[in-house]
Amino acid sequence: MRWLSDETVDHLRRVADWPDLSATKYRVIQPIADGGMGTVYLARDGELDREVAIKVLKDAVFDVRATERMRREARIVARLEHPGVVPLHDLGLLPDGRTYYVMKLVRGRRLDEHAGDLRTINDRLRVFGRLCDAVAFAHAHGVIHRDVKPQNVMIGEFGEVLLLDWGVAKVLENGQAGESPNRIEAVELGDETAGPTDAIGTEGIDVGSMNDAGRTVTLLTANGTVVGTPAFMAPEQARGQLDRVDRRCDVFALGAVLYWLLTGRTPLDRDAFQRMARGQGFEIAAPRRLNREVTRPLSAICMKALAVDAGDRYADAGALGADLTRYMNGMPVEAYRAGVLERTWRLVVRHRIAVLLIVTYLAVRTLLIFFGRR
Amino acid sequence: MKDDTDIGGGDGRFPPTQRSAVLAVRSADPVVRRRAYDTLIRSYWKPAYKYVRLKWGASDDEAKDLTQGFLTRAIEKGVFDQYDASRAAFRTYLRSCLDGYVFNERKAGGRLKRGGDRVVLSLDFVGAEDEYRRGEPVDPRDPEAYFHREWVRSVFAEAVEALRTALEGSGRAVHFALFERYDLAGGKVESKLTYETLAREFALPVTQVTNYLAAARREFRGIVLEQLRAVTGNDTEFRDEARALLGTPV
Repeated sequence: MRWLSDETVDHLRRVADWPDLSATKYRVIQPIADGGMGTVYLARDGELDREVAIKVLKDAVFDVRATERMRREARIVARLEHPGVVPLHDLGLLPDGRTYYVMKLVRGRRLDEHAGDLRTINDRLRVFGRLCDAVAFAHAHGVIHRDVKPQNVMIGEFGEVLLLDWGVAKVLENGQAGESPNRIEAVELGDETAGPTDAIGTEGIDVGSMNDAGRTVTLLTANGTVVGTPAFMAPEQARGQLDRVDRRCDVFALGAVLYWLLTGRTPLDRDAFQRMARGQGFEIAAPRRLNREVTRPLSAICMKALAVDAGDRYADAGALGADLTRYMNGMPVEAYRAGVLERTWRLVVRHRIAVLLIVTYLAVRTLLIFFGRR
Repeated sequence: MKDDTDIGGGDGRFPPTQRSAVLAVRSADPVVRRRAYDTLIRSYWKPAYKYVRLKWGASDDEAKDLTQGFLTRAIEKGVFDQYDASRAAFRTYLRSCLDGYVFNERKAGGRLKRGGDRVVLSLDFVGAEDEYRRGEPVDPRDPEAYFHREWVRSVFAEAVEALRTALEGSGRAVHFALFERYDLAGGKVESKLTYETLAREFALPVTQVTNYLAAARREFRGIVLEQLRAVTGNDTEFRDEARALLGTPV
């Protein structure tokens, strides 16, 4: 029997797992990303002569639940036609039974890699605002992402901001926004299966390090299993209270992303996460305490998104984005009630040209009166 | 194909459809039992030998005796019959049994029983030793990873031979020749050798090269999964092992 070198073994592992797309117009070039549910390959569309990305179910064998999850993800992405969501071109089955879907190839960097290039807080807020737009669009179409984190955000070559990996997303029962309560479908394949992520207890997570902080895991909670990323996970999600998971769990995750953008760290450390998962009290230091460049209103916006009680958070990503827009336009924000002096000062800053003209006018009048009397 | 073991008689071919050999070792039918042991030993004897060499620091002669003794004992005492798929992967179980066996043998002063009416396995230990020596440097502190690596190598090597038999036997020798040229050369030539070059070399259209290679890989994958099915105890273990074996390194 022939001896295979390590290099050959590695190559065989790759090609044996490569999708057989010989019956389609796509030709696989190389794997480019590896996620919990699937592997993403760079491929070429032979007919349209363009490169595309193909996500292929990772399970090496036919698995009904994993397949259904992937098809559900594809359907969700397909219904979200928005500049912040990668367009989906095609969905199909490989000869070995694995599901795949074809999407636009996005060249760029993940937000966690790109954030260092965003020098000012305003630069970061602009990116964050577009992320809110994408999530708000999903919320408006009755979809919650449930795994919003910097690793799932791609910044394209032309500055476009795209939210990726809708593998654990859910469709809300009654679809459209504004309905209350935003309950989850009663029967779903997502949570009941441990899925292809790592299943670990809440004790085993080190959310303080960015390694674990960015990893999607299946948490074994007292109430069942939950898929998500601990450092960006809302309390109700971390406790496995699935009936309480709605748009506001995405709002919490967005708050955690904003917190990370403003301070360079995630809002929860290991102890705080474990206390949160057990339903005990925990504290999140306001961003302003860690970075004095963060203004009080901005810090308040972040903390409102990160409120422990879902009822104290923004109702959805649209509301969070709207408050952020108000902040960026120098308007009063919902999350922060400023004092009289602060409000006056903000009014002056917002209308500084008019104020400057008035002050100049008054100064000239005063000088004319003064010199006129002499 | 030239087998490096003749256990199970002259029929060295991997059966086209495998059910779990891990379960079949408990069969009341001695022929079924024998074939099941044949399958398991075929997959594991070489990783076991190399593992004993590495972990236990055994010389080639001692590792040969220990591997032979362990497998013979496994057949005679029905060691594999006691495997519980709900507790661990079969290869983990086998490695634990092997460790226990080597430990006890060493403790007993290496008085290995030989001869008599014991089962004698004809295994190509010379070839295994040659592979052990030519293999790339490994971390002796992580024998488990080494065992797994060697097991993967063993499964793939056997699958390659089965693929050759299947393709050549069905008049598709070109498929295997392409697979051999492009995929068995590993990553070394991958960056230089293109499908266009292969097309010229084999006087085929590029699309044909693509299709033939895809078909060969698909069949290779199918054979590997069949082998895995044979050496795992249940669906969960099968899926886990398939993931470990075919997980795409990016």
